[in-house]
Amino acid sequence: MKKTGSKILLECLKLEGVDTIFGYPGGTVINIYDDLMDSPIRHILTRHEQAAVHAADGYARATGKVGVAIATSGPGATNTVTGIATAYMDSTPLVIITGQVPTPLIGNDAFQEADIIGITRPITKHNYLVKDVRDLARIIKQAFYIARTGRPGPVLIDLPKDVQIDTTTFAYPEKVEIRGYKPTYSGNLRQVEKAVRMILDARKPVIYVGGGASLTDASDELKEFAEKIQAPVTTTLMGMASFPRKHPLSLGMLGMHGTFYANMAVTNSDLLIAVGARFDDRVTGKAATFAPHAKIIHIDIDPTSIKKNVRVDLPIVGDLKDVLKKMIQKLGNSEEKLSETVQETSFWREEVAGWKSQHPMSYKSSESEIKPQFVIEKIRELTADDAIITTEVGQHQMWTAQFFDFMRPRTFLTSGGLGTMGFGLPGALGAQSAFPDRQVIDISGDGSFQMNSQELATLVQYRLPVKIAILNNNFLGMVRQWQQLFFNRRYSQTCMELPIDFVKLAEAYGATGLRASTPGEVEDVIRKGLETPGPVIMEFKVSREENVMPMVPAGAGLNEMVLAS
Amino acid sequence: MKHTISVLVENEFGVLTRVAGLFSGRGFNIESLSVAPTIDPSISRMTIVTSGDDQILEQITKQLNKLIDVIKVIDFTGQDYVEREMAMIKVTAEEKTRAEVLRIVDIFRAKVVDVTPRSFTVEVTGAPNKINALVELLSPMGIKELVRSGPVVLGRGPKAWRGTD
Repeated sequence: MKKTGSKILLECLKLEGVDTIFGYPGGTVINIYDDLMDSPIRHILTRHEQAAVHAADGYARATGKVGVAIATSGPGATNTVTGIATAYMDSTPLVIITGQVPTPLIGNDAFQEADIIGITRPITKHNYLVKDVRDLARIIKQAFYIARTGRPGPVLIDLPKDVQIDTTTFAYPEKVEIRGYKPTYSGNLRQVEKAVRMILDARKPVIYVGGGASLTDASDELKEFAEKIQAPVTTTLMGMASFPRKHPLSLGMLGMHGTFYANMAVTNSDLLIAVGARFDDRVTGKAATFAPHAKIIHIDIDPTSIKKNVRVDLPIVGDLKDVLKKMIQKLGNSEEKLSETVQETSFWREEVAGWKSQHPMSYKSSESEIKPQFVIEKIRELTADDAIITTEVGQHQMWTAQFFDFMRPRTFLTSGGLGTMGFGLPGALGAQSAFPDRQVIDISGDGSFQMNSQELATLVQYRLPVKIAILNNNFLGMVRQWQQLFFNRRYSQTCMELPIDFVKLAEAYGATGLRASTPGEVEDVIRKGLETPGPVIMEFKVSREENVMPMVPAGAGLNEMVLAS
Repeated sequence: MKHTISVLVENEFGVLTRVAGLFSGRGFNIESLSVAPTIDPSISRMTIVTSGDDQILEQITKQLNKLIDVIKVIDFTGQDYVEREMAMIKVTAEEKTRAEVLRIVDIFRAKVVDVTPRSFTVEVTGAPNKINALVELLSPMGIKELVRSGPVVLGRGPKAWRGTD
């Protein structure tokens, strides 16, 4: 039986196991939306296409499945761009469907036409313009395959309106054959053996974990590996939740706002084992002085990540889970030598512990003002280990990374690579729609929150009980901090002069609003907020000019940290 | 250092933009690029001349390989290969220089493909160096227009890269 393109699309989504999609209707996707009424797939109507993509992203980060978003042509498609770039930088598997004007009109500057294939080429893993309905099923199959395999990423399918209407015999291909795309999963055994020898010879090893550990769900293997070789573990922002923060080997985050002890450990290490990380400039500081005494082992599924920013002594291309398993196994063959190594590295662990007690993560507490770090600690105290935390971007994001002790994988969803303000709220929306019974909390700033605050409506409409903690300092705090430290306190355009009544804003949408203005009120507001059904805004009037510390100034080395401002 | 890279790609619309966009987006340099279908019409072959140190070249190769539509990347640097480029040169041909132009054309085994009372159009094929030399010699006569194809290369010996192996 012949089927229309739009029915084929929905059928394929079902066959890919998609249960929820996020989107926004419009002229060139109206056929798809019509067929959606007869489909078992749940559609969540966000209030902006950017939010639809962030929501799909949040859904994907929380579940590990491919997130799906849909938007109409022209402005609908261009609105997805920031969402797509966010997912691309953090390697989230997404499939984005955009409507397109009918094929005969393409290139004619038709109403609501935009060359979204051209626009998204550098921010997608791959993209497709479907010109013939007979290619549609194959393309969708390939898109999902490309999105979730290798180093995951967003794939966009641009679907002209006439192709949605055209009919063909539907058959979903069983296999994917793309001759130019064959990611390496299995780590080379010789390289693994070399790595094991390097580990056994190292005296000051550090494991440096990036987002790859979460993408491959390799937390268990990582923990086993770290415990086996007894090496301290530092994570990037993206790797944060992959290694339990309260584990004795955990050093927390490294880099610009990393812990003193993580940065000292990396700087003094003689072997750095990079696990699914890409040596971003926020992590390395000045690349030339990064881990100057260390040999570097770099495990990554993406060969382009290796030797891109720093020299690497031993690359291992492959799936982290696979490589870590092989390493654990090989180490098991040298138990005697390993226990010797573990013994001989005890002085190193003591040295690291020394740095830890010398400068633990801390802040000056206050009786009169709400310290933002205090709010984060309190939220941590009052939430379950499996609570999903999202953030926006800025000071509150860094404080969350520094003071929220993440214990379980896929519980910290944040825009690390692109640094997208406005990610957190729709990201939380997506996560909550996947896990309706778990606590989902968006930790936000007053600036970031206003970048996608319209999504409060979506939360209320779909009864998604996301809790939003706004650390309100009436500033674009992170930029203000830079202006204070590097621009002589000239606060150019960073003061949000109009105070917003976030409690009233919540009420206007039919959500609950709560406010804490003194430290004494913080715990009550969090308790009450978490207990209240439905979406809740918890506004905390925090001390206005608090800074994120420690800090490695841009362009400086990790050992040139400023500890307090 | 200069490198000549062959890239076998899917012969589909937009692939050239993906490759060119990769070079511009990542700040890699393209000196020349030529592209046409291979014996298998579903595959096109690009020849790209680029430059950079070893680390940059490694990135270029890896980034090209990362593109879904790229089937195979071959860096010919350090290998034995045949390199050919074609050029057409429109030279001023006044009474006194006509004979000299023809003599030079002859020496280079180039040929004249269009003649007018005031100009010759010369076609030449060879390694880029040979074309450079011819251009240099013809310059004093007055080159009105020059077009070069950019080099194409094939490895020497029986081994072949067809993208299907």
